[in-house]
Amino acid sequence: MLLRHTPEEITERGSLVINPAKTCQPIGAMYAALGIHGCLPHSHGSQGCCAYHRSTLTRHYKEPISAATSSFTEGASVFGGQANLVQAINNIFSVYEPEVIAVHTTCLSETIGDDLNQIRDKAEKDGKIPDGKFVIGAPTPSYVGSHVTGFSNMVKAMAMVAEKTGKKNGKINIIPGWVEPADMEEIKRLASLVGVDFIMFPDTSGVLNGPLSGEYHMFPEGGVTMKELKSAGDSMGTLALGEWCSADAARALDSTHKVPCKVLDMPFGLKATDRFIDALRTVAGVSVSEEITHERGQLVDMMSDMHQYFYHKKVALVGDPDQLIAMTEFLVSIDMCPVHVVTGTPGKRFEKRIKELTADMPFEVNVKASGDMFLLHQWIKNEPVDLIMGNSYCKYIARDEDIPLVRWGFPILDRVGHQYFPTVGYKGGLRLLEKILGVLLDRKDRDAPEETFELVL
Amino acid sequence: MATLKKKLVQWEPTDIKEELLKKYPPKVARKRAKQILINEAQENETPEISANVRTVPGIITMRGCTYAGCKGVILGPTRDIVNITHGPIGCGFYSWLTRRNQTDASAEGAENYMTYCFSTDMQDEDIIFGGEKKLEKAIQEAYDTFHPKAIAVFATCPVGLIGDDIHAVAKKMKEKLADCNVFAFSCEGYKGVSQSAGHHIANNQIFRHVVGENDEEKDGEYKINLLGEYNIGGDGFEIDRILKKCGITNIATFSGNSTYDQFASAPKADLNTVMCHRSINYVADMLETKYGIPWIKVNFIGAEATAKSLRKIAQYFGDKKLIDRVEEVIAEEMPEVKAVAEDVYPRTEGKTAMLFVGGSRAHHYQELFAEMGMKTLSAGYEFAHRDDYEGREVIPTLRVDADSRNIEEIEVEADEARYSPRKSSEEMEKLEEAGFKFKHYDGMIPDMDKGTLIIDDLNQYEAEKLVEILKPDVFCAGIKEKFSIQKLGVPMKQLHSYDSGGPYAGFKGAINFYKEIDRLVNSRIWGYMKAPWQETPELSATYVWE
Repeated sequence: MLLRHTPEEITERGSLVINPAKTCQPIGAMYAALGIHGCLPHSHGSQGCCAYHRSTLTRHYKEPISAATSSFTEGASVFGGQANLVQAINNIFSVYEPEVIAVHTTCLSETIGDDLNQIRDKAEKDGKIPDGKFVIGAPTPSYVGSHVTGFSNMVKAMAMVAEKTGKKNGKINIIPGWVEPADMEEIKRLASLVGVDFIMFPDTSGVLNGPLSGEYHMFPEGGVTMKELKSAGDSMGTLALGEWCSADAARALDSTHKVPCKVLDMPFGLKATDRFIDALRTVAGVSVSEEITHERGQLVDMMSDMHQYFYHKKVALVGDPDQLIAMTEFLVSIDMCPVHVVTGTPGKRFEKRIKELTADMPFEVNVKASGDMFLLHQWIKNEPVDLIMGNSYCKYIARDEDIPLVRWGFPILDRVGHQYFPTVGYKGGLRLLEKILGVLLDRKDRDAPEETFELVL
Repeated sequence: MATLKKKLVQWEPTDIKEELLKKYPPKVARKRAKQILINEAQENETPEISANVRTVPGIITMRGCTYAGCKGVILGPTRDIVNITHGPIGCGFYSWLTRRNQTDASAEGAENYMTYCFSTDMQDEDIIFGGEKKLEKAIQEAYDTFHPKAIAVFATCPVGLIGDDIHAVAKKMKEKLADCNVFAFSCEGYKGVSQSAGHHIANNQIFRHVVGENDEEKDGEYKINLLGEYNIGGDGFEIDRILKKCGITNIATFSGNSTYDQFASAPKADLNTVMCHRSINYVADMLETKYGIPWIKVNFIGAEATAKSLRKIAQYFGDKKLIDRVEEVIAEEMPEVKAVAEDVYPRTEGKTAMLFVGGSRAHHYQELFAEMGMKTLSAGYEFAHRDDYEGREVIPTLRVDADSRNIEEIEVEADEARYSPRKSSEEMEKLEEAGFKFKHYDGMIPDMDKGTLIIDDLNQYEAEKLVEILKPDVFCAGIKEKFSIQKLGVPMKQLHSYDSGGPYAGFKGAINFYKEIDRLVNSRIWGYMKAPWQETPELSATYVWE
């Protein structure tokens, strides 16, 4: 057994996290910043933070992740990191020539109290920021929230780039939240199909799912441009997908520039996608194209075709709040039963939402925010499930307990596909069902006695 | 943008160096110039390189931090210690199962905590009011849940800044728990200039708190310790297989596939063999001073190097039985290795490689490439010191700077009860007269050809330029470098984690490596990068329908 020391008996732990279901803020900020065109993320801390984030993102995306670091030493930690950051800004613009540097802090620079705005102003005054180039920044203390918070904080920093000219641009801001590049592409496709003119940020499509062509571009074609971000203050409104990932940025645009916003769930599964499309339609004042209705019908068709395999199957879910809320709703909508739901990210509202969504389920739900995968495993030992959905770390539980696993979330370090095939929208729903069915039916085929082993399922 | 074009002109090394430095601001260029060396391969004199110095802020380095070197590299591969990261959640999360250290915990009742991640998950109130209480409780909770024989605590950046005394907490809990050794590592990420500082901090504390804790005699003949082998991709398994076949007893590996008891019993060995000189040579020195165990440098990367290392071990013990057995094993293992080498040779001969990794691997793997007829064009370490480049002779001349000063050097004296020289000074002299070298490492530079480029702490920009100019057939570094190199159409082999391959050590490892490099440098994949319409964009004919 790989997790042989995990006992079935659950004891209260107040100080020790075991097998976390979250990581720290800066990696989320780095991922978000990669969704700005021509942007080099910069980690204001010691080298290890940047190395760890780049490694994890690289293993997840199988793509180059460029980011720089302030390379703090003991001296910088004592005397402050201003000199390191100003020097870094100068070196980055000289050597890598990005359009923009997106700086995020770390537990180190936050603990010593470095002020990003003040350092940025110093760099500007010293002439280290060339004309037409930008330095933006987000505070991302690792000891608050989770990687989701860091993502949200950097997206908010992107929203703060917005300016208001007073002349509306006729566009809608879409804040997609922490989804895969393929999902961002799909959200754009759906918005275009509805006929909405939009600015989407961040946008990692085209950045983290690039081609192999014999050329390396540190700054690929994709990403939201600084020009678009500036223009976001003149948009008609903002659709923010995910309370945890995107709402802060949307509300900041509202309070700063009076751009009204609506916070929706991430469009995973039928109902959340319905609400997303309906919101787009309402905002744009158009009727939804037949193409989208057709795609929706295909998803409903597969849900009905395979319902017998989903019905009352128990699921354990682990991941991030926005994704889990939408996924729980989706699973309940096909009569699956998410009985254990854990996120490492804090937030009591999360537990409330999951309880509401599962209220009519024939089983009681175990749900925890600020939980960990050790607890999830113990719950599974106490009440076994038919399926686990979560990141690659789940495979240790899945193997020990012999339970099918669908990899979904972050990070996925041992499979590919998440970069290229969306799980948002109706088409994404089809893919999720395909994946769920695949593992459930593989299990049925593996376990069925010869006399009941069947060709047609 | 970088585009790979066919080399039109032969670059002179000095021109390459100039090209690498051209775009830097003057201060950066001056600093980097000292870390880029054109190998002059003068007789009896190794040129000097600047190493183990700070990375310039903003330069995209390959390096990690002290915590990574301590918790990830050195303590990561030991399976029965509960490693608690004291800090915000990230550091523990990123070092959780990401280094491919394999471990064999199949024995009945064996403990294995390597699949777990333990963290105090510090919150803002812990940063403000201090985290000692939380750490104390976390240790108690870990003990109550798992009852391990040892709990280790690792400091992350904020811990040092807010002044948590993790050593005092560890001491208190060790006394309280009584049957659990608790010790701590001040491995804050900002210390030192790279993960190397973390190796040092880790090894010092293991030496201080664990080594020598078990005085029971160990069975077996020809007892050695293997220092600086981390069982990435199963390297340690292959080395252990060979040692066992030869009848050599490996008491402790530092730290691949290791257990607490192995470290505790290390003084029972009669010879220390050092694989990765960088990460552990000082432990070998301390073991010699304290217990009288001599050390030699070995290298199990490369079939010839493996054979040579086995012969060295046999020669040290000087027993005919072992000497003969080692020859038998080599004779048994070599034919299969040679057969594969001969098979791949025509396809790999004359190909070129670049290696930028670690503190030893960039040197060791040149052996394997040489066995395949491949030339190393350029190499360098990520976190090594000058002695790893130039040889141990330079150690007395190394300057102690602001960054190395705060990495503890522990003073060791001979253990009154347990010090026992394994060889008399006459025996040692005799071995040395026969050409046997103790405590000896010449470094990477003397093994490299004239005109090759040796580059310390290579960064993203220089890597791209080097590949663009010299167009190697394979580039070796780590995961962060992998895909930017491959976008250029050059295969990249991870030599930290071996991608998903390995083992590459020992005889079977050599076979795996030959096949892997053959696969990489002769892959069809790199020929698909251009679509037909990109190869010939001009429409010169109309389509001929059948």
